[in-house]
Amino acid sequence: MKAFKYILVGFFFGFGMWKLEAISGFRIIEMFHFQSFHMYGIITSGVIMGIIITQLFKKGKIKTIKGVTKQFNDKDRTWPRYIIGGIIFGLGWALTGVCSGMMFVLLGAGYTVFVVFLAAAMLGTFAYGYFRKWLPH
Amino acid sequence: MKEFMLSMVEFISQPWPWWMGTFVIGGTVFLLFFFGKEFGLSANLRIMCAADGAGDYADFFNFDWQTQGWNLMVALGALFGAYIAANYFGGDYLAHISPATVDTLNQIAGKDILEYGKVPIVPGSDVVHTGIPQFWNIYSWSSLFTIRGLIIIVGGGFLIGFGARYAGGCTSGHAISGIADLQLPSLVAVIGFFIGGLIMTWFILPYILRISF
Repeated sequence: MKAFKYILVGFFFGFGMWKLEAISGFRIIEMFHFQSFHMYGIITSGVIMGIIITQLFKKGKIKTIKGVTKQFNDKDRTWPRYIIGGIIFGLGWALTGVCSGMMFVLLGAGYTVFVVFLAAAMLGTFAYGYFRKWLPH
Repeated sequence: MKEFMLSMVEFISQPWPWWMGTFVIGGTVFLLFFFGKEFGLSANLRIMCAADGAGDYADFFNFDWQTQGWNLMVALGALFGAYIAANYFGGDYLAHISPATVDTLNQIAGKDILEYGKVPIVPGSDVVHTGIPQFWNIYSWSSLFTIRGLIIIVGGGFLIGFGARYAGGCTSGHAISGIADLQLPSLVAVIGFFIGGLIMTWFILPYILRISF
């Protein structure tokens, strides 16, 4: 039952992302060529809702299911990691046309070759964890 | 009743406009916050590494990953949701991209193989088998066994996995949740995403796509 509610949230998200064509590599090329508002619209509408929801939870207007005010953690303000890591992520995002959330969606939709993409992404994560202490943050 | 159900299926099956992101992303964020959790899907990669014993090799994976099982359930749910959407509510299975993008894609391919209004939803053939020109058949097992497909699928996956953890988040963690919480680091990360994405899309990807073996 505990797991079920999270599966339901994921279901809702995966279903919606497929219908919004956010899983389409063609849409990603279109976005990076600034040829349509579609992807920007999805992200912007998500962010606007996100800001409202975050504020409501932060101010305690909405409590969590356990009746407490949700805590938010500030991100560390050290810059190299966000710029360098961000650029590396962006290169991968545009290369395949898929981000980390969408790989689960495509895998579920039946593009089974994404198990290889997932394995490669795990290898990338492992490589980061392994070389972490030598990387500038 | 049956007619109503059929018309509902038809209604959901049509392509969704961008503003449906309000409900899809907003709803996802709301529910996860309500359950006291966060929205960040790339964290699952770290959890899966830790669960496979990566903690023996790097301290980064020594954390209490069992408490993060809920996030794996979100990813699992996304698999189910996509399966149902693609198989039962797929509609026309097209990517409704702009005419300008169709021109751009044909320029990259060097020939007019995609037609406006008839572009398949995904550049791959595992689910929708018809209407995918060989050039755009990227997400498939046959493509994986070409140099081009290997670079795109394995290379892209590696960069995503490495970059997401280095930056401390991906599109969901930084672009949505981080910016929604007005975190400056997240904005910087998203600017990084776009610098990387623009470099790849404009200067590198066309040459990779033209590799013919």
